[in-house]
Amino acid sequence: MRIPCPFCGPRDEVEFTWRGDASVQRPAAEAGVEAFHDYVYLRRNPRGWTQEWWQHSAGCRAWLRVERHTMTHEIRKVEAA
Amino acid sequence: MPQYSAFRIFAEGLRGNTGWQPAWRKARPKPRYQVVIVGGGGHGLATAFYLAELHGIRDVAVVERGLVGQGNTGRNTTIVRSNYLLPENNRFYEHSLKLWEGLERSLGYNVMMSQRGVLNLFHNDAQKAAYTRRGNAMRLNGIDAELVDREGVRALCPIIDLDNGRYPVMGGLLQRRGGTAPHDAVAWGFAKAASDRGIDIIEHCEVTGLLVEGGAIRGVRTTRGEIAAAKVGLAVAGHTSTLTAMAGFDVPIETHLLQAFVSEGLKPLVDCVVTFGAGHFYISQSDKGGLVFGGGLDGYASYGQRGTLKEAEHVFATGCTMIPALKRLRALRSWAGVMDMTPDASPYVCRTPISGLYMTAGWSYGGFKATPASGWCHAWTIARDEPHALNAAFTLDRFREGRALDEKGAGPFPWLQ
Repeated sequence: MRIPCPFCGPRDEVEFTWRGDASVQRPAAEAGVEAFHDYVYLRRNPRGWTQEWWQHSAGCRAWLRVERHTMTHEIRKVEAA
Repeated sequence: MPQYSAFRIFAEGLRGNTGWQPAWRKARPKPRYQVVIVGGGGHGLATAFYLAELHGIRDVAVVERGLVGQGNTGRNTTIVRSNYLLPENNRFYEHSLKLWEGLERSLGYNVMMSQRGVLNLFHNDAQKAAYTRRGNAMRLNGIDAELVDREGVRALCPIIDLDNGRYPVMGGLLQRRGGTAPHDAVAWGFAKAASDRGIDIIEHCEVTGLLVEGGAIRGVRTTRGEIAAAKVGLAVAGHTSTLTAMAGFDVPIETHLLQAFVSEGLKPLVDCVVTFGAGHFYISQSDKGGLVFGGGLDGYASYGQRGTLKEAEHVFATGCTMIPALKRLRALRSWAGVMDMTPDASPYVCRTPISGLYMTAGWSYGGFKATPASGWCHAWTIARDEPHALNAAFTLDRFREGRALDEKGAGPFPWLQ
């Protein structure tokens, strides 16, 4: 898999570190235990297109929001976080 | 259905092996069952077997999208052990190991269980202390555990490079009752035993929807029509989220890949199961002679069932550090399973927010050794609508209550477990 970094161009996946689902939103501080439980633990975990965080950790170290397919590993959108 | 015996093998040998019948019956779906189990892997088939054997529930169908035992059941490294630290895991896996020890008699099928020992190597004082603690925790629960020194490791597995430059071996934690059981035989053993007890095993029958009315399960919609059921159990590993999404709820599971590899066949080289403590690597030798080995997760969510080269390279490098002789070998095959990783790497065997819907899921990378006890506890939970003491801690809402079972202490990140 190659990830097209908006700063460095297409680079091999070994240069990147995954940081999970980017679709979950951190709730407001006073949102309560239920909201934080869902934020930390519950995942949609789709077999298909998903939004996720990647860091170009062995490159420019930028955080990226990547739209990737979890079955084909195809990437259709990458933007700086 | 055939009964296997030494005499039968001898007699069939004289008749050119023409008298064997299929080990289990392929069924067509009926419109209604008492219980439908989704997933024809080890856990689903074991659930069906124990429902019939221990709870007298025989009106059961196991529906499988593809072929029996072709998912994670056929994609692991066949290791069986119960060397856990936390009491909930410790007791559960020991129950599983005891079921493994009597499995061939229970099923009437040779699963080729081999208690050749599982040896976890350690390489520094801190690791030795942690392994000693785990060994003591096991012994407090009546599980066998031995701390062996360098000479002990050399005697058990002489091919290990004890003095390798970076990670010299100090010793290991040994569970002699651990070992391996070829996974295909396990799937077929449970299929045969379940089928013998009247359970319908339906292949090529994919579940496309869960029928839910007023918060209770009414059955499943499949590619071969609707099947009504009073109770439904999910045993679908990495695809659990896909099914719970059909019922309208999310679960704390992320699907990740775990790879395994097998080398060309060799004469006996590795007598027990060995794990390397300075990296993620484990190895054993199959009865056919191939070395079977694997490592950690691939690092990002995937349903691909094919591994990345990055992790393959790490596994080979770690293996060659532990046993330099492996450098001369060729890998014959590699494969990847889709793991239902949970935030604490411990499972869910429980009821769900939908009445009558149960699951055995979240087995992370440890599902194979759990096969009999997973089915045993899942069957108990389905039959009585309440968990057994052994799986009472394996609930979906344990994180909400602050009762995570984080064996590794990796925090709520499924991909780091």
